[in-house]
Parts: sequence; structure tokens; C-alpha cells
Amino acid sequence: MDLTGFSENQLTVRDAISTICANFPNTYWQECDQQERDPKEFHAALAKDGWLGIALPEEHGGAGLGISEATMMMQTITQSGAGMAGAQSIHANVYATQPLAKFGNREQLTETIPNIINGKWRTCFGVTEPNTGLETLALQTRAELNEAKSHYSITGQKIWITCAQVARKMILLARTTPREEVSKPTQGLSMFCTDIDKSAPGLELKKIKKMGGRAVDANEVFFDKYEVPASTLIGRENEGFRMILHGMNAERCLLAGEALGLGYVALERAAEYANTRHVFGRAIGQNQAIAHPLADVYMKLEAAKLATYHAARLYDASKTDNSIPVHSVGVAANSAKYLAAEAAFTACERAVLTHGGMGYAMEYDVERWLRECLVPRIAPVSREMILNYVSEKVLGLPRSY
Amino acid sequence: MASGLRILVPVKRVIDYAIKPRINKTQTGVETAGVKHSLNPFDELSVEEAVRLRERKGPLKVENILALSAGGPKCADTLRTAMAMGADRAFHIDVPDSNDGGLEPLTVAKTLRAVVEKENINLVLLGKQAIDGDQGQTGQMLAGLLGWPQATQASKVEIKDEAGTVEVTHEVDGGVETLKAKLPMIITTDLRLNEPRYASLPNIMKAKKKPLEKKTLADLGVEDKRRLKTLKVTEPPARQGGGKVEDVDGLISKLKELGAL
Repeated sequence: MDLTGFSENQLTVRDAISTICANFPNTYWQECDQQERDPKEFHAALAKDGWLGIALPEEHGGAGLGISEATMMMQTITQSGAGMAGAQSIHANVYATQPLAKFGNREQLTETIPNIINGKWRTCFGVTEPNTGLETLALQTRAELNEAKSHYSITGQKIWITCAQVARKMILLARTTPREEVSKPTQGLSMFCTDIDKSAPGLELKKIKKMGGRAVDANEVFFDKYEVPASTLIGRENEGFRMILHGMNAERCLLAGEALGLGYVALERAAEYANTRHVFGRAIGQNQAIAHPLADVYMKLEAAKLATYHAARLYDASKTDNSIPVHSVGVAANSAKYLAAEAAFTACERAVLTHGGMGYAMEYDVERWLRECLVPRIAPVSREMILNYVSEKVLGLPRSY
Repeated sequence: MASGLRILVPVKRVIDYAIKPRINKTQTGVETAGVKHSLNPFDELSVEEAVRLRERKGPLKVENILALSAGGPKCADTLRTAMAMGADRAFHIDVPDSNDGGLEPLTVAKTLRAVVEKENINLVLLGKQAIDGDQGQTGQMLAGLLGWPQATQASKVEIKDEAGTVEVTHEVDGGVETLKAKLPMIITTDLRLNEPRYASLPNIMKAKKKPLEKKTLADLGVEDKRRLKTLKVTEPPARQGGGKVEDVDGLISKLKELGAL
């Protein structure tokens, strides 16, 4: 990857993270993936040196850097060979804590944020539900306040909750007012920062077997009158959707960075193999049928890189610069996620094909990355929904759904 | 006599240890353009030791840790790394990047002497050598120029008392040697001394606000005088492939044939 144009902070982050990642070789990630073992040593190493607080406010022990730097961190992690497993083991701690930091009260912040930064507590993000998919406004999980107003009782189901098995906290989005009773569809949802206590009644976790990133657990979470203290509510009741929305563009930037790292590392491997593998008396990379697809995807990745760091820069700048419309940030962040994920997929697929049969072997890593690069294509929003968004919001075409 | 430790840690920006160096086209040195650089590993050990002396809270308090580097503008990054690890401030001696190995050890030693005198330093911790030039002379020359005791290739450093007695262990063939000296002194560091830390994110951020002063050789009254001329730098000859012998007799006759027996 070409490094010209990055800021000094971004390059510092890249250097420091690369140094830490160098202690976690590909064999570590292969083993975690094969044995479905949580990479807790990796999480602990990043926490020890304060990296989980990269984008959290300084007054709570964070570094106060922006999404531009956090994206670089996530990219460097996946690019080190750790792949999506490495990124997902810390992703929610970096990102799901953003709305908490912005809307939480002082007690919530002083109790939670330092423990997340130092790695004592891990966090997960509980939004997606099996019966609502991308239609966040139709969430069904209910949170009902008891008569004494001391506790909420939570009932419903969440799915694809990453790291719920190892997390101590969950940032949860649940319905506090039935959909029929709200005046605006964006109202009625509330955000909580609750404990994930598997021994408590009314909470059950079920691990989902999946294609890639097997080191990191993804779960179905079942709530059945699970009680949480009323003090876990973040901000005002029924305003949760607005808070989640705040973090969505940031998450798209981070995911785009993660995809980029995956694409670049796969491409590096492919080029290395194409240079050293000799067939018919010469390096296979001398054949244009091998070389050109790799050159092509390098350009795709570079273009996606520019889109990604442009979106991150816009996101950061929009916090202090009112002349940047939210709309522009949304379009940039969605485009970046789309382009980076597609480029990463192309890179990973071509990396496997460049390796021929060896690309199918675990030892060469590229098969692991190919399995993992489907994640940024699908999450946190599908390619099709991004195309819908751009069709409607940029081109002014009629909405199709 | 010594009320506290005022430590100078000279650091050098060198080609990263993991990179395979290549000789440049003119055969005057190693290709440095577009190659990853980092803090010389031996200097990393000295920065770490200085910070640990402070953290150990021994009989002498560490008043100040000054990092210094001489070279082009990128040296500022190296100094920021040293400050992120725990140095308090830094001097960047501005010397243009060159392809012929940079300053000679004696020039560096004279520069350090000037800083030691100006800044009232009483302990200099240096890496035993830089992994690019591998000259391993600067510490010793500095001790000579200052007339201070020196302990080279330290594997352990201990401040014994408030009077500034220092015990340094270094590894020699077949054992370890323990030396005792009094401040002010020069110590050069070896690999087993410690395991350098990674700079944590909060410390990286703090390091950006620590003072970094730019100076020139002229400010310190030193002249970049060359006493040595590099004639040629070449790569080691490529390894010749080995041969197989059938048995012991075959081995002996092969050795005789090659003149080894």
C-alpha cells in the first residue's frame, strides 16, 4: 500500500500497531481459527498499551483520536495477517463504546469506559435481530420498566452478536414503546449498557457455527424477562435510534479499513507467491494472466483506500465543521464500505487462485482471508442496501422497498 | 555528590533489523531510500534502562532523561519514539542525510561531550553499537574525551547508593564480570540488559507534547570532519552449493582434495 498522504498520527498508529501484531504470527491465527479459540492474548496485548481507547475521550482515559486513526488501526490489524478475527476481537470495544461515550451519564462513563480501555471488561453490540434484519426500526426486543421504576425486564432475541461469550457488557438496543404507539417511526427504541451475566435467569447464549472468523464467537442471544437495573439506560428513553445512527457511519469506515487490510495482505501474499513459484522454468508471475489480475486489484484497493480515508476524514471533520452535511458523510461512508469490501473480495479470491492448489491449504492463509472477507461485504449493511441508498439519496430515483 | 541522575541517551535511526540490506549502485554504502527505518535496537535497550532506573525508585532519583539523535528530519520520529517510551525531552542535531554512513563516531562523541557539559549530564547510556555501521566506538571515545569511567556491554545496571556508586555486570567469555564505578560515568548496553517496552497509546500522545529542540553541530562547536573514506562496500559472496559424499572414506578424500587435511 502506498503510504503517502497519510497524517503523522495515522502513520504513528500504523507503526505501533504493526509492532504489537508482529508478536501474533499467522500460525497463531490459524490455530485460533481451527480450534475456534478466542484470541484473548491479542485483545489483552492491545488493551495493555491503551489501544482500545483510541477514539474515546481523553478525560476517561482514551486517546481522543478520530475515526481516521481508528480506521488505520483496524486496517493494520487485519493486514498483519490477523484478518477479520483479529479485528472483530476488539471491534465492538472501539466502536460500540462511541454512543456510550457521547450520550452516557458521568456515572456510566466512569464505571464502564476505563474498564473497557484497560481490557478488564469486553463489550459486545446487541442490535441485530433474526426477524428484522436490516430494518432496525422494526426491532422487536422489548424492555419494560417495572412499577417501582427500578428495573427493566428484557424479552426478545438478538442474533449475530459477536463476542457475547467473552463480553462483560452489552450495548443493547431494545423497544421501550410499542411501534403502534409512537408518533415517529424513529422513536420508541432505547439504548442500554447492561451486564451480560450468563448465570442470571432469563439469558441464554447460543454460539453460531460459521464460515470464517471462527476464532471469534458469534451468537444468538435469548432474553426472557432478563432484569437489568434502570440505571443502565443510556440517555433518554425512546431516543436510542438516534444514538445508534450516530455511530453507524463510523462503523462503516472501520469496516472499510478492515476490508482494505485483508485485501492488501492477500495481494502481498499473492505477489510473493507469484514471484517465487516456478513452473515451466520461470516465475508464474511472469505470465500476464497471473500478473495483470493482481495489478488490477492493486489499483482497485488503492482507489478504495482513498474513498475510505476520505470518508473517515469527512466524519471527523463534520464534528467541528457545520458546513459538512450529514448526507455527504453518509454517502462517503457507505461508498467506502462498498468499494473496500468488493476490492478485498476480489483480492482474496485472486490470491487463492494465484496460489493454485496451495491456496486451498490452510498453511498459506489466503483461504482463511477469503472466508473472512465475506463479512465486510455483508455487514454491517449489505451491498444491495448501499446501492438502494445511493440510488435514492444521491440519484433521486424512486425507492424500491 | 550526585543529587539525582541526569541521563543522556543518544539514539540512532537505522534500517529496521528485519530488513535485508542492499548495497547501493555506487557501492558506497547501503541503500536507505524507501526502506523501513526504526530505532537502533541497542539504543532501545538504553532508553528502556533509563526509564527503568526511574521506575525502580533507587537511591538516586532520575531527574531527567534527555534523548538525542543526529541526522536528517526523520530523526524526529525516532526521538518521538524514545519520548513515548519515557524520555522527558529530546535534542535533534540536524545533519543532512547522506549516503556514506553519516557522522563518524569521533564526531558523534564530540557532539555528545558538548551536550554532556552544557546539560550537566552525569550518566550516559548508549547502545554498544548501531546495527548499520557496526562501529561500536562512540561510547568508548566519549569516555575518553570526558575522562569518565566506562562500563561496556552491560547486562545489569544497579545504582548502589546516594553517593552515586554504580555496579554494572557484563558478560564475558565463560562468566560474568561485575564492575564498580562512581558517577559520572558511561555505560553501553547489551542485548540481555532488559526487554524494551512498546510505547503505549497514551504515552505516544503525551510524547507529541514533550519538548524537542533542534540544534546544529555549529551550536555545539563541533565540526563534521571526515577522517575516513569508504572505498567500497560489497555484499558477501553468494553461498556455494554443498556436495554429497558416500561414506567416511569419501569424506576424507574430499577434504584432502580441497587441501583441508
